[in-house]
Amino acid sequence: MLRFVAIFLACLTVSLPVPAQQADAPIQQVLQSHRDILLESSRRTIGPAIDTLANSGLPAAQDVLERWQTKDMWFNEDSGLFVYAEEIDRDTLRIFDFANGSEIGIVPDDDFDQLKPNSGIRSMIGTALVQFQLSDPDRDTRVAALNAIERGAEKSHLAALRDSIPTESDEALLQRKMRLERLLTIRFGETDAARIEAIKSFAGDLGVDVRAALNPLVAVRLEAAAALPDAPDIGRTLVPGSEALSRHDAYALLVDDGLAKPRISRDNQRTALIENIEDGQVAGIRVATLDSQSARDLAYAALAEQGTVDAVATAAEVEERLANHVFYERYIGAPPEVVAAAQLALGAIENKVAVNRAFDLGLDALSLASIYFLAAIGLAITFGVMGVINMAHGEFIMMGAYTGYVVQLFIPDYTLSIMVAIPLAFAVTFGAGVAMERLVIRWLYHRPLETLLATFGISIALQQIAKNIFGTQARPLTAPGWLDGSWVINDIVSISYIRIAIFGLALLFLALILFVMNRTRLGLEVRAVTQNPRMAASMGINPDKINMLTFGFGSGIAGIAGVAIGLYAKVTSEMGSDYIVQSFMTVVVGGVGNIWGTLLGATMVGTLQKGIEWLNPSNTLAAQTYMILFVILFIQFRPRGIIALKGRAAEA
Amino acid sequence: MSTLLEVSGVSVSFDGFKAINNLSFQIADAELRAVIGPNGAGKTTFMDIVTGKTKPDEGRIVYGDRGDSLLGMSESRIAQIGVGRKFQRPTVFEDQSVFANLMMALRKSRSPFSVLFFKPSQEDDDKVAELAGEIGLSAALHRKSGELSHGQKQWLEIGMLLAQEPRLLLVDEPAAGMTPAEREHTTDILREAAKTRAVVVVEHDMEFVRRLNCKVTVLHEGSVLAEGSLDHVTNNEQVIEVYLGR
Amino acid sequence: MTDAAFPRRQPIALRFPSVMIFLAILALFTVGVTILSEGFGIGVISTSFVKTLGKTLCLCLVALAMDLVWGYCGILSLGHMAFFGLGGYAIGMWLMYARTEIIVLESLAAAPLPPTPQEVSDGIASQIFGVVGAAEFPPIWAFAHSLPLQLAAVVLVPGLLALVFGWLAFRSRVTGVYLSILTQAMTLALSLHLFQNDSGLRGNNGLSGLQNLPGQSDISQDIVSLWFFWASAVALGLGYLLCAWVVSGKFGSVIRAIRDDEARVRFLGYPVEAFKLAVFTLTAVIAGIAGALYYPQAGIINPAEVAPIASIYLAVWVAIGGRGRLYGAVIGAAFVSLLSTWFTGGQAPDIGLGFYTINWVDWWTVLLGLSFVCVTLFAPKGIGGLVDLLVDRHSLDRHGADLGPDQGALREQEAEK
Repeated sequence: MLRFVAIFLACLTVSLPVPAQQADAPIQQVLQSHRDILLESSRRTIGPAIDTLANSGLPAAQDVLERWQTKDMWFNEDSGLFVYAEEIDRDTLRIFDFANGSEIGIVPDDDFDQLKPNSGIRSMIGTALVQFQLSDPDRDTRVAALNAIERGAEKSHLAALRDSIPTESDEALLQRKMRLERLLTIRFGETDAARIEAIKSFAGDLGVDVRAALNPLVAVRLEAAAALPDAPDIGRTLVPGSEALSRHDAYALLVDDGLAKPRISRDNQRTALIENIEDGQVAGIRVATLDSQSARDLAYAALAEQGTVDAVATAAEVEERLANHVFYERYIGAPPEVVAAAQLALGAIENKVAVNRAFDLGLDALSLASIYFLAAIGLAITFGVMGVINMAHGEFIMMGAYTGYVVQLFIPDYTLSIMVAIPLAFAVTFGAGVAMERLVIRWLYHRPLETLLATFGISIALQQIAKNIFGTQARPLTAPGWLDGSWVINDIVSISYIRIAIFGLALLFLALILFVMNRTRLGLEVRAVTQNPRMAASMGINPDKINMLTFGFGSGIAGIAGVAIGLYAKVTSEMGSDYIVQSFMTVVVGGVGNIWGTLLGATMVGTLQKGIEWLNPSNTLAAQTYMILFVILFIQFRPRGIIALKGRAAEA
Repeated sequence: MSTLLEVSGVSVSFDGFKAINNLSFQIADAELRAVIGPNGAGKTTFMDIVTGKTKPDEGRIVYGDRGDSLLGMSESRIAQIGVGRKFQRPTVFEDQSVFANLMMALRKSRSPFSVLFFKPSQEDDDKVAELAGEIGLSAALHRKSGELSHGQKQWLEIGMLLAQEPRLLLVDEPAAGMTPAEREHTTDILREAAKTRAVVVVEHDMEFVRRLNCKVTVLHEGSVLAEGSLDHVTNNEQVIEVYLGR
Repeated sequence: MTDAAFPRRQPIALRFPSVMIFLAILALFTVGVTILSEGFGIGVISTSFVKTLGKTLCLCLVALAMDLVWGYCGILSLGHMAFFGLGGYAIGMWLMYARTEIIVLESLAAAPLPPTPQEVSDGIASQIFGVVGAAEFPPIWAFAHSLPLQLAAVVLVPGLLALVFGWLAFRSRVTGVYLSILTQAMTLALSLHLFQNDSGLRGNNGLSGLQNLPGQSDISQDIVSLWFFWASAVALGLGYLLCAWVVSGKFGSVIRAIRDDEARVRFLGYPVEAFKLAVFTLTAVIAGIAGALYYPQAGIINPAEVAPIASIYLAVWVAIGGRGRLYGAVIGAAFVSLLSTWFTGGQAPDIGLGFYTINWVDWWTVLLGLSFVCVTLFAPKGIGGLVDLLVDRHSLDRHGADLGPDQGALREQEAEK
């Protein structure tokens, strides 16, 4: 009973006209004028309604658009008026008047239609709303509006943006708005002068957004004509058969423009001929003779003469057509003056981009050089001091990396595990190096080629053992979180923190090795043994011990290099062999027995490899190939490396 | 007697150390010359420069009748045009027989192709046998040269030099490590050789030099200090100071 | 052959008993395998094993080349398997082209129109290069249609590469380990190049189907395998004779002298670089021929075969067999490669240790590596050293050291450093 009364009362409310709503309020009139398309709610037709609302200048327009976008706008079928509403429950609405935002009342939703703009319309509304949001008191809203403009700018935004600039209080946002205003001016500026002015203001700006704004201006369309038109918007002319325009494409353009007869592909020609075989003949020519392209062309021409197939251009005609037309580019993005300004600006930007790219490349090369330095310095020490080529050096790198991997299995905290892994990797490979020196290498001094082979035997054994233990798949060595990400200098130059860390590690080791070699007793003895083992021995230095320690030290550094390399590449049993040749190259290029030589060698090899990769970015294999070829040639000019020992010492 | 080798104004330095400093030196066609000097005087470097092993920083080296410059020639080319060198330590190919060593040294075309198709004639065999006799190794002709005594190796090397038939012989301390009897024999071989060609002997041992009985050049710090007979130079004040006086 | 007796008026095979013995054993082996084969004999040896034996003969041939360049001339080249692979690629191009041509012609013959040359060429190209996404012949295939030209390439390509590389390397007096590393770099560069799809040699797919002789598809592999086996045996025999001839005369004397002390050889007036270059190029050509015989028996060649590791294994074979003697290289290559086939083929019995089972497929490489270290340390003369024991020959114990003239004498007490 009570429920019945409630429904009755509700019906009563609805049936009553709503006296509070201002049917003649300007905003309502705007809405009424587009009532049909608003209700149709189709993305194709809705444009004028949104435009009218947005440009109406009415204070309520923003409200309408926002409510509409969030699907809070309703249409009253009885009164034919638009309201916005809150849903109280499934059947009841609290409705408001757009004109002044006053509540009209609580009504059942039976007579109200909710306007449900689809996502396409909502984004159109969003774009229209931007101009209101640009001056919104809430900073986040203004930021969102700017983001929206950057994603998809409209001509209308320009004026709104300009209007909002004088009132902007936030300095950062003001800067952004002014930049955006100039960008929009480039695209939508009223006069060419204004656009050119804006373009000029960006000279040398590296932002991707600037290039995105300028590039459409210099867009071209390829055209062909009998003679080159004398118009200001003509760009360069192209020669068919050049790299920029193949003969095939050139002729296809003529065909598309109706300037030439179409050609026929070999396959189509073949199909046409086959279709017209009669009694083993095509147009009176025996099929068996059609085993060359010229015979087929003749047969096809004969068919065309009979009218069986469409005539096509012959090779001579193609030649003639191509010769009789010029191919040129026409600027379609903007008037010629603007194009010229844009080209100038783009040229300036390109130069600056090139400089920055080179800098970025330099950073890349430096980090690669750091890795090669770490990988090679141990080798250089053992080679320089003992004259021993250690082919298993790469496997010591691998050992270090696997040590890091195993440590991470036990210590889940990445920072801590790396801190543990580095000294542990040094200890493990130091031990392995000392063992190898004691068991194998010391028996082979003065037999460098056999040392090379014996250490190679150890290398394949170690590699296979690693494969047997850890399997063939790559194992991760995860860097701590604080090494994620990269240091971004501008849109072009950036370097990942992990590479900076490796660079730092390489510097640290350079300093450490220089210190050990030049400032400690051990270094003194090592240098003495390097220069004259017999004399050193007679001075009371034990060359055996020095050799052992040197070899262990060199191997230990390889272990640490392994951890560093493992952090940015995967750990596999074959990773050692990936670095061994580069390490040798580094040592050979740098000159044996000299730390600075190794540093220079690593820099050169790293720079070279990055440089070649930059020339041919798709193909790192080719980069390595050319790098090796270069090193072989380099040896021609400096057989003893960049820093060569001279005189008697070099000949020993 | 015409000049066979003329070295003028030659300098060479290793990492700043001047091993040879503005050295000038001449030797005639059939002359025996001893070069003496204290350690580090540049004797070996001088030989290295003449034989092409070390390139001088400056100076001229002119050789032969046509006055060819030896600068820029490879070691093997210099050897081919008649400059033979004996190293301080015996340097023979120890893995090969005395016969093979001598046959290799015999003056023949040195190009790989003619070496590949080389077949020794009776004449060549006789020549090798004769040389072996000269150096007293006839009995050891088919032994491996590594099995020879130190002195025999020195002779074998001298034999190899003679087989090359050089016009200029550079001999570095030929008497080192020899018994007195062996020294005597070595002196005879060298003096015999100097009758037909120029021989430069670098030696420390004054007795040995005296026995050679020839003109002596004293090197000091990379340049010529004195030149003349042994008696003449041993009476030279400077020589006594830097060399004998020490 | 360690004692260089110079050529007298006798054929080389008579002058050196070891050459005679080797050729006799090779002939006996060839006849024996033929009798036991499936193709012409009683079928005790399977066709695949005949192929394995034929391939082994080719490996022996390339090992001979390696011994000549390393054991005799002292150049530890880590690039000879690259020359071997190039020979294989050169012949493989013709085999693949000719066989594909037959297939394409057959399929086009059924078409209503007779094919044009262009269609045939396109058909072959798309068949061969479809896997690397190309449909046109790269320029290096220009001669692939011609057997004589590709046979010339078997010799010329490795030969020219060796000539150019050797000229650059020897000219700048790169020696010893430097040279080894440089040859290894060359090999790596070549294999990296071949690994690229746009190298024109089908990238890492390599060339395949090489076991089929074009136009001889009705002849069974049983017979073809023997043909190649014979060809390999003949090549090995001729190669052995050639190498024996080269090392026996004055040339051999000079190159061994170069190995022991190249500076001294220079002062004798020999152009050391030219000799090295001659040996390097000659052995590269021998390696190329060996490769051209090997890969038709293997059936497939890909860039992994050219990788530096292969050349290092070659050095391992020669070292294990005993370098500086030709039969040592042959023994080493045959012994190690057959043993390797046996172990990696899964035929070797596993060894159970209770807590772990040694599976030889996994552990063979470890064993090989370690035994190689042991050979280097304890038996520098390799297996060939056993022959010395048999014939009771006392050669000078060099301990493997390069005891050149400048470094003292061969006598034990003097050899100690």
